[in-house]
Amino acid sequence: MKHFSWFVMLIVAAILIIAGRELPRVGDPEAPAATHVSPRYIERGHHETGAPNFVTAVLADYRGYDTLGETSVIFTAGLACALILGIRLGRSGEGGNA
Amino acid sequence: MKPLFGSVVLDVACRLSVPFIILFAIYVIVHGHDSPGGGFQGGTILAATFILIRMIRQDVKPWGLDRTGALVLACCGLLLYTGIGLLSFLFAGNYLDYGVFPLPLEAGKIRFMGSFGIEIGVSMGVTGVLVLIFDALTEEDSQDDKPGEPT
Repeated sequence: MKHFSWFVMLIVAAILIIAGRELPRVGDPEAPAATHVSPRYIERGHHETGAPNFVTAVLADYRGYDTLGETSVIFTAGLACALILGIRLGRSGEGGNA
Repeated sequence: MKPLFGSVVLDVACRLSVPFIILFAIYVIVHGHDSPGGGFQGGTILAATFILIRMIRQDVKPWGLDRTGALVLACCGLLLYTGIGLLSFLFAGNYLDYGVFPLPLEAGKIRFMGSFGIEIGVSMGVTGVLVLIFDALTEEDSQDDKPGEPT
């Protein structure tokens, strides 16, 4: 069984190495990821969103849903902390928060 | 309540540094459009001031922000974000489409103000959540200080 695991691992590693040679270079301007929406963000982001920095233009405007999701994740994490650790909330009861 | 690190030196250092940290947090939030920064980073810096005051002067809840207030602040931040998104429905836009707000500004500036609004929402949410987590983790101390008190 141990030899079988090694065999599977080597096969997967070979597939990944062969596939990895076909990937575009890092920073290649002809890569599919750099030719889809990136030119529009770079060329028109400032005029369309009014943000001088296109990291902000993407994060706050084009990808507003994404940032909403991140905020919700953080909020949920805080709520889960409060619920799991069982702190007392509320101002009227217990007088703990006075 | 017995302060954890209470001493005159720490107290003075806290009093001196807190206004500058708050100023820097506001700078990071407001200037996040032009430079690295934004709601998440600025909210974290702002939460650091609350946590600093709580660590040094444990009995002081700065600006009335106890843990219930922190949770309410986090809720208000998320509500501001989703509220700006829903508000654009009223002016026949898509969700989070800031360009439709009828503000007396040019088109790019309106979108700028919309994304500035959500940055403020994000910073309020992050500040509230971090203060809430800190309060939740240090909750046990406040219970130990008054043993025998009926709940």
